[in-house]
Amino acid sequence: MTTLQPPAIAEPRPAPPPARRDRRSWTGWGFLGPFVAVFALVFLAPIAYSVYLSLFREQLIGGTTFVGLDNYGQALTDDRFWASLGRVSLFLAVQVPIMLGIALLVALALDSGRLYGRDFFRVSIFLPYAVPAVVATLMWGFMYGTRFGLVGDINGALGVSLPDPLSPDLVLASIGNIVTWEFVGYNMLIFYAALRVVPHSLYEAAQIDGAGQIRVITAIKLPAIRGALVIATIFSIIGSFQLFNEPSILQPLAPNAITTDYTPNSYTYALSFNGQQHNYSATVAIVMGLITMAIAYVVQLRGMRKGV
Amino acid sequence: MTSPAATAVDRSAPAPSGPSGSAPRLRTSRRRHSSDQPRRSVLLTVLTGLVLLYSLVPLIWLAVSATKTQEGLSRSFGLWFDGDFALWDNIGETFTYDDGVFTRWLLNTLLYVGLGAGGATLLAVLGGYALAKFRFPGRRAVFAVVIGAVAVPGTALAVPTFLMFSEMGLTNTPWAVIIPSLISPFGLYLMWVFATEAIPTELMEAARIDGAGEVRTFFRVALPLLAPGIVTVLLFTMVATWNNYFLPLVMLKDPDWYPLTLGLNSWNAQAATAGGEAVFNLVVTGSLITILPLIAAFLLLQRYWQSGLAAGSVKE
Repeated sequence: MTTLQPPAIAEPRPAPPPARRDRRSWTGWGFLGPFVAVFALVFLAPIAYSVYLSLFREQLIGGTTFVGLDNYGQALTDDRFWASLGRVSLFLAVQVPIMLGIALLVALALDSGRLYGRDFFRVSIFLPYAVPAVVATLMWGFMYGTRFGLVGDINGALGVSLPDPLSPDLVLASIGNIVTWEFVGYNMLIFYAALRVVPHSLYEAAQIDGAGQIRVITAIKLPAIRGALVIATIFSIIGSFQLFNEPSILQPLAPNAITTDYTPNSYTYALSFNGQQHNYSATVAIVMGLITMAIAYVVQLRGMRKGV
Repeated sequence: MTSPAATAVDRSAPAPSGPSGSAPRLRTSRRRHSSDQPRRSVLLTVLTGLVLLYSLVPLIWLAVSATKTQEGLSRSFGLWFDGDFALWDNIGETFTYDDGVFTRWLLNTLLYVGLGAGGATLLAVLGGYALAKFRFPGRRAVFAVVIGAVAVPGTALAVPTFLMFSEMGLTNTPWAVIIPSLISPFGLYLMWVFATEAIPTELMEAARIDGAGEVRTFFRVALPLLAPGIVTVLLFTMVATWNNYFLPLVMLKDPDWYPLTLGLNSWNAQAATAGGEAVFNLVVTGSLITILPLIAAFLLLQRYWQSGLAAGSVKE
């Protein structure tokens, strides 16, 4: 859940004309039915239940009472919530452009056909995607260690004293590095796959018109993969706002830097499972969900409108 | 206005036409493309090599560190071997430590992946086939709801799902992990796109004229044509299930039901608890063992999943 989902369900777009135009029957339901049944159980029911929960409050005296939108009011004035949202927003603003930028540059390099050993590059850079967030974080956590990690080794070998990646000032950047490492290759592959299917005749036409490599990239390649760029951005936004695994696993290594309300997701988890405040936790999760959806929607609108 | 549908039209040319043709066709088009620009660049290769190093160095660190004893981990340089080569000891100890609980976690993970990812793939294949090849009442509504729900962050679902499952008596059982894993909207989407392109409607009509029922048509005509798409979806649902951490963390209390991810983290965390034994060498070796199956699967099945993914990206 806290990993970036693969490029799930791109975006609403007109469905292709179904094969059997004239036979409008219920047969399709026989095949789609099982998916929809489980989907209702694990997606729709929890969302509905979540909304229901958010309207109640459990009090020491008086038990569970209906409080209308009070929980939402509380969330909107909750400093801990806003602090965690600010943290993931900063993370989003810095990490996502870096990650997608590197992914795009590598995809363009692969697509240019000017690399030696392209297939090796493509597969190797993709591999970290197969590494679970837990393992990735444990690994980087070891390497970050100033005492016996790689950072410590470098300090010892060069006689320098690198800043501690797990210090409160740097830990967010260190988490950003882990997430970047995990998903650069994945995003690269999405961009690369989109670049592969740009009609080749466009490049020839550009060459005849005297366009250079850079011009081909800005005038043909980037516009052609705009859809993939927008989707990768949206999923990175969702991923950033859902950040949980990496900070949660690093927490024992950096107990002073990473609090239980470090990200909105950590906060809802702590509220629910340490604080037993299920109702308020559901409310915070819904608010976070609405914010995420709103931003994803704006990005999609803007991304699709820009240019021609 | 560049709508995704419009770009899809531009890109129609190299879309794989079917399982038999897709992988080779992708290959040849790639080769042709590169031969147009034969001037390879050392500079570009070196620059991209930096990203390659970034991607591989941690994995090399992991592989090298798995050969070290716990003391060796702290006394030797991270990217080179220690005097003692303890890989085999580490592997043996990983599987036997604490009454072989790692083996148990591995079997749990295999169970969750088998039923979760396998089931998710099956549901996605059936559903994608239906969306691609049938028109039926409510089809558009289903699609809209699935898309809308995907934008809901998992966080919003975890707590209510836990509470719901708790009331149903499912928490702390394998079902709490398996059932939510059964839904892969990405898988549904990919299969839908793939089935649209891979199954000629005429072939289905021909089967029906020959008297085949819907089930028979699906198994005999559609399923073989969907193979590369199925491999792609299976790999990605496998990764999602194998690597899942948050869902089991929420749902499971009993370490006997942990998957590898949760188990490894508990080993790592036990060093920080009072009286807990530090087993960093086992954490490292266990991590290596955890990632190897997936990396092997990706490498072995490359040509299938890449063609399947390319078909999906056409529509993005």
